[in-house]
Amino acid sequence: MAISTAPPRPRRRDDTRLAIAFIAPALIGFLVFMVWPTLRGIYLSFTKFNLLTPPEFNGLDNYVRMVQDPVFWNSLKVTVYYVFVNIVIQTVFALVIAVMMQRLTKRTWLRGVILTPYLVSNVVAAMVFLWILDYQLGIGNKVIEMIGLDRIAFLSDSAWVIPTIALINVWRHVGYTALLIFAGLQTIPETMYEAGRMDGASEITMMRRITIPLLRPILALVLIITVVGSFQVFDTVAITTRGGPVDSSRVLQYYIYDMAFGRFQFGYASAMSVALLIILVIVTFVQYRLTRAESSDLS
Amino acid sequence: MRKFAAFMMTALLAGCGWSGADAATSSGGGTIEYWLWDSGQQPGYQKCADEFAAANPGLRVHISQYGWDVYWSKLTAGFIADTAPDVFTDHLAKYAQFVDLKVLRPLDNLAPTSDLADSDYQPGLAELWKGQDGKRYGAPKDWDTIAMFYDRAELKDAGVDPASLNTLIWNPTDGGTFEKLVAHLTVDTNGIRGDEAGFNPRSIRIHGLSSEGSGGAGWGQTQWSAFAGSAGWQATDKNPWGTRFNLDSPELQQTLNWYFGLARKGYMPTYEEIGGANAIGTDKQIQSGIAAMGLSGSWMISTFSKLTDATGAKLDIGLAPTPIGPSGKRASMFNGLADSITTLSKHPDNAAKWVKFMAGAQCQDIIGRSGVVFPARPAATDLAIAYNRDERKLDVTPFTDQVKDKTTFLFPVTSNAADILALMNPRMDAVYIGSAPVSSLTAVNDQLNKLFEVAQ
Repeated sequence: MAISTAPPRPRRRDDTRLAIAFIAPALIGFLVFMVWPTLRGIYLSFTKFNLLTPPEFNGLDNYVRMVQDPVFWNSLKVTVYYVFVNIVIQTVFALVIAVMMQRLTKRTWLRGVILTPYLVSNVVAAMVFLWILDYQLGIGNKVIEMIGLDRIAFLSDSAWVIPTIALINVWRHVGYTALLIFAGLQTIPETMYEAGRMDGASEITMMRRITIPLLRPILALVLIITVVGSFQVFDTVAITTRGGPVDSSRVLQYYIYDMAFGRFQFGYASAMSVALLIILVIVTFVQYRLTRAESSDLS
Repeated sequence: MRKFAAFMMTALLAGCGWSGADAATSSGGGTIEYWLWDSGQQPGYQKCADEFAAANPGLRVHISQYGWDVYWSKLTAGFIADTAPDVFTDHLAKYAQFVDLKVLRPLDNLAPTSDLADSDYQPGLAELWKGQDGKRYGAPKDWDTIAMFYDRAELKDAGVDPASLNTLIWNPTDGGTFEKLVAHLTVDTNGIRGDEAGFNPRSIRIHGLSSEGSGGAGWGQTQWSAFAGSAGWQATDKNPWGTRFNLDSPELQQTLNWYFGLARKGYMPTYEEIGGANAIGTDKQIQSGIAAMGLSGSWMISTFSKLTDATGAKLDIGLAPTPIGPSGKRASMFNGLADSITTLSKHPDNAAKWVKFMAGAQCQDIIGRSGVVFPARPAATDLAIAYNRDERKLDVTPFTDQVKDKTTFLFPVTSNAADILALMNPRMDAVYIGSAPVSSLTAVNDQLNKLFEVAQ
């Protein structure tokens, strides 16, 4: 009977190779699809480039043009308006849904249903709403007429387009946002609410005094993610209005796209993309500081 | 691991829309990739392709069809990614940009197409496809003009004799007999006609005239060009290759003021009614009973001839010429398509053989007999007229008379077409919507002129 007398092999302390193997796919993706295009975009923003002939360096020309371009400033204004409507409504709804998910139901399927719009692609959602809201034939306008009101040109009236597009995207994203907030709610100890109930606090008081303050770090994260996403609105506009009527839904991303691939002015489009990047960095930084996202009141 | 890598590759390639079949067909020297956007024309050109293959052993044409919007973005992407076809159907509004981007081959430099003759085609068509360098970048395939399509049932209800539509006159002051007819064909939801007392322009059942939008994307081709043209207006100082624009001219601004005024009077649908950026065309407006008649192009003949109402019964559609304007003549924009060869073509001589074949009598006769468009060769045009008369019982001379009577003017061909579109389309929409006065086009005109000052 041979008994192995060799001591157990010491565990390898060096995990570097394994770590690299795990990180590599994400890192390669990050470098190839994020870092490299960003650097190249910044370089192209200082050139005149029509996509087909080699770029020519032209210094700050694109940036000078951008500052003087009224359509650029208008598209910035339209984008900020969109983000404001979209984020305010979406966050309020998501918060309410998340609280209801936690306090009113434990059914998984019901919680799952709330996420379903998010599983529909942006393009499909936009197409469906385009039909529903059609001025002539849309079922939405038929319902409005049945109630006895005048039909509304949701996607072809300059006053209605941005609120309409914002609400279409609220519909699609609210479930996802609610899910993120719901995850945050799960971290709040039930004992807090028990204590609140003992003191006779109503649901609304508990929401204001317990839920919102303890949820702050998660809300901050959710806001940062959704605001960045909201600034990059593109597909819904491309499907429903293509920037119109006139310039009333010409959001920045759509203007950039049209400049690059419709008008072959890739250099100028890159300069506007860099401007968007800078705006997003500033907005995120300000949000981070204002919401004190890095600290929690729960400790 | 190898299996996983293979799977990843497949997934990646599938994600990028790469398909093995496409690559296999374009790699062989014998296959010519050809693109077009009009699905109605595909059967005709497939017939041409079959005859071409029979006459040229070893060569084969593979036709791909994509809808108008997708077509141009796919083509642009194709030029960048080296997946563009050998030959594609080109449009006058687009080709100048492609010449600037140096993606088209001059046909004169390729043996099979070096001897194309201008005189083989309807007068003026072939010249439009010569660049500023004098080289030919497209072989004419077809042409189109504008006329009025109307619903005979609506005319009958209104007690209008269809023959009276052949002598309509319009002017920018009171609209003439043309506006009188449009008003009479308009009915509000109370059943009162546009020329009767008590008419409510805010609540319309059917408009007298359809709307194809503001026309900012194509010089009002199917919107106001027939009116502006019959007032003596031209879009540019010279055509092709104009560099000064005439959006500031009183003729145009008065015409547009009158034309878009029809929408405010309830005679024509508003921007909102036709669906803004996703507008429905004259065909759908007549079909759904939103409009009784409307201007449209000759490429729409087969679509109109197949229209049915909600019960599936065929609509009886008639044709009338565009009205006579202040110049004392009718007018129609004259536009044409052509086939262009890309610089990316690996076998340009084969591509040129196919282009030559499509521009030749054999293929154009096939296209003429299919009755979808008017081929560029006069003899083939006659075949298309005969087809419509015999098979569809439709008199298409309102389209062809414009050419015969020389009342056409050419589609404006300029450089910087994409910039012009981007500057003009929103501003023209604003005028249609009514959020900007017609005089605002003077500022747009300055912007367009500046494009060319920078370019030179």
